[in-house]
Amino acid sequence: MKFSNIKYLILRRVSQLTIMFLYFAANVWGWKILQGNLSTSTIFSKIPLSDPFALLQMLAAGAVVGVNVLIGALIISIFYGLIGGRAFCSWVCPINMVTDLAAWLRRKLYIDKIERKVWISRNIRYYTIVIALIVSAITGLAAFEVINPITILNRNIIYGINIINNTTVVALGAGLGFVLVIFLFDLFVVKNGWCGHICPVGGTYSLIGKFSLLRVKHTSENCTLCMKCKEVCPESQVLHMIGKDSITVNDIECTNCGRCIDVCDDDALGFSIGKYIKKEKAKS
Amino acid sequence: MADKKKVEISSRRRFFTNIAHNVGLGAMGTLLLAGYAQKAKSSPLTLRPPAALGEADFIKTCIKCGLCAEACVNRPQNRDKEGNQKKGTLKMAKANDSVTIGTPFFTPRDVPCFMCDDIPCVPVCPSGALDINKVTNPKTKKLDFKMMDMGVAVVDVHSCIAFWGLQCDACYRACPLLDEAIKLQYNRNSRTGKHAFLEPVINPDVCTGCGLCEKACVTEKPAIFVLPREVAQGKPGDHYVRGWDKKDQQRVKDRKASDIKTEDERSSKTPVDYLNKGLEY
Repeated sequence: MKFSNIKYLILRRVSQLTIMFLYFAANVWGWKILQGNLSTSTIFSKIPLSDPFALLQMLAAGAVVGVNVLIGALIISIFYGLIGGRAFCSWVCPINMVTDLAAWLRRKLYIDKIERKVWISRNIRYYTIVIALIVSAITGLAAFEVINPITILNRNIIYGINIINNTTVVALGAGLGFVLVIFLFDLFVVKNGWCGHICPVGGTYSLIGKFSLLRVKHTSENCTLCMKCKEVCPESQVLHMIGKDSITVNDIECTNCGRCIDVCDDDALGFSIGKYIKKEKAKS
Repeated sequence: MADKKKVEISSRRRFFTNIAHNVGLGAMGTLLLAGYAQKAKSSPLTLRPPAALGEADFIKTCIKCGLCAEACVNRPQNRDKEGNQKKGTLKMAKANDSVTIGTPFFTPRDVPCFMCDDIPCVPVCPSGALDINKVTNPKTKKLDFKMMDMGVAVVDVHSCIAFWGLQCDACYRACPLLDEAIKLQYNRNSRTGKHAFLEPVINPDVCTGCGLCEKACVTEKPAIFVLPREVAQGKPGDHYVRGWDKKDQQRVKDRKASDIKTEDERSSKTPVDYLNKGLEY
């Protein structure tokens, strides 16, 4: 295997694990680089970052939210809105590692080939957003946050492992059961079931990143129609242009994970900046 | 005549069926999530960090970022003699803690709150779930640890050995607000005739609920323990007045007769009625 076949995969794992480690180090050794967790963090104890979906739920629950969380959610929304698109899912989220493992095992165990067809809509995530907001309003509690596997896994690693009096103390919570269920669901029930169908956090970032600049670009002249890209893509419907049109992937569900670019041996896929910039150039 | 009629599915039928399908799915999801979320609210006995909003507002407003718990465990005082990190007071709730998952709480018998002068856990809160104004002295505009409010200590006089007549003042000496939050009340021990009971009595107006007394208590299961203020305290109501207290007397003087309603279901009956006639318990 060439390095170019796993380049973005490795970069993503480095990104995910580094972020997780910085959070962990902030709790255990008091590092100030990145404190908090994926709900809200601070960079160098100054710049706040907040999960926009958690904020929406809190507002729906009727909370009077502090200004730092508002600024933090704004910073995150601007960042993914302008640049990353849905990059949170593939470059930051720890559940991505769990569901990627499930998807990889599916391919290795040929579960894709013998699967009983359980079909669920890929739009469920947008319904989940609405449901979470309604339930938050009814119960007066950010409702999805009580089952959110992202923050559950995140917190279990950050606060579940501690170094007390020079000995490592591990105290993991039952919430990890959610993570296990998602793994099994993705492995045996629906391919890319959680991240590609249900997760409202991914849905929120999809909506936020509608106009973002970083896009995967397809060059159909180079394409040999091997379809490796569609096989690995967690949102394979976004690659509808493969072998047909030389355009950018504009569907909002693309997570910019770059796996398609990795597996492509024909140089038919690559990152590009912006669908709008390109259009303007074509006009002029 | 068994020829099957081909059923035409009109676009209107398809449209309404789709809506019904989605409404059904949405209702199912809402039901499941609402049921779980309602169940996931904390037990009313949960002790929150100092300066926390009331429980209902707190679980709404807390974003579960853990910055308070991080500030607590990493404070410079939280090290033993060799410089190793000790356990922090604040813990982030896990799914099996019967506390809303991801919210901070503490268990005094495990690790009590040490009432730090600089209150490191409160200013770091980004969401306002820990309200810094609650621990800021309005006169000096500085953080005041005496204004913390996590709960109130309560004594079970049956298991407290000081009430038996044994000499123990562990809680009294552990209290950071020494001789203010817990006072020792001297009573004559008539059983021996020559000893005194040194009974710990809590002043709920001063007690912050830090739990150092609960941690220090020598009994197997602590005889002094912290409860949230709403659970621990009663409320006499406005119409009981301490006649010997000038401030309380003022409360009566300031009241307007028009504001006072003394009529209730019972008093609305004429005095001629037999007192308990028609009254149901």
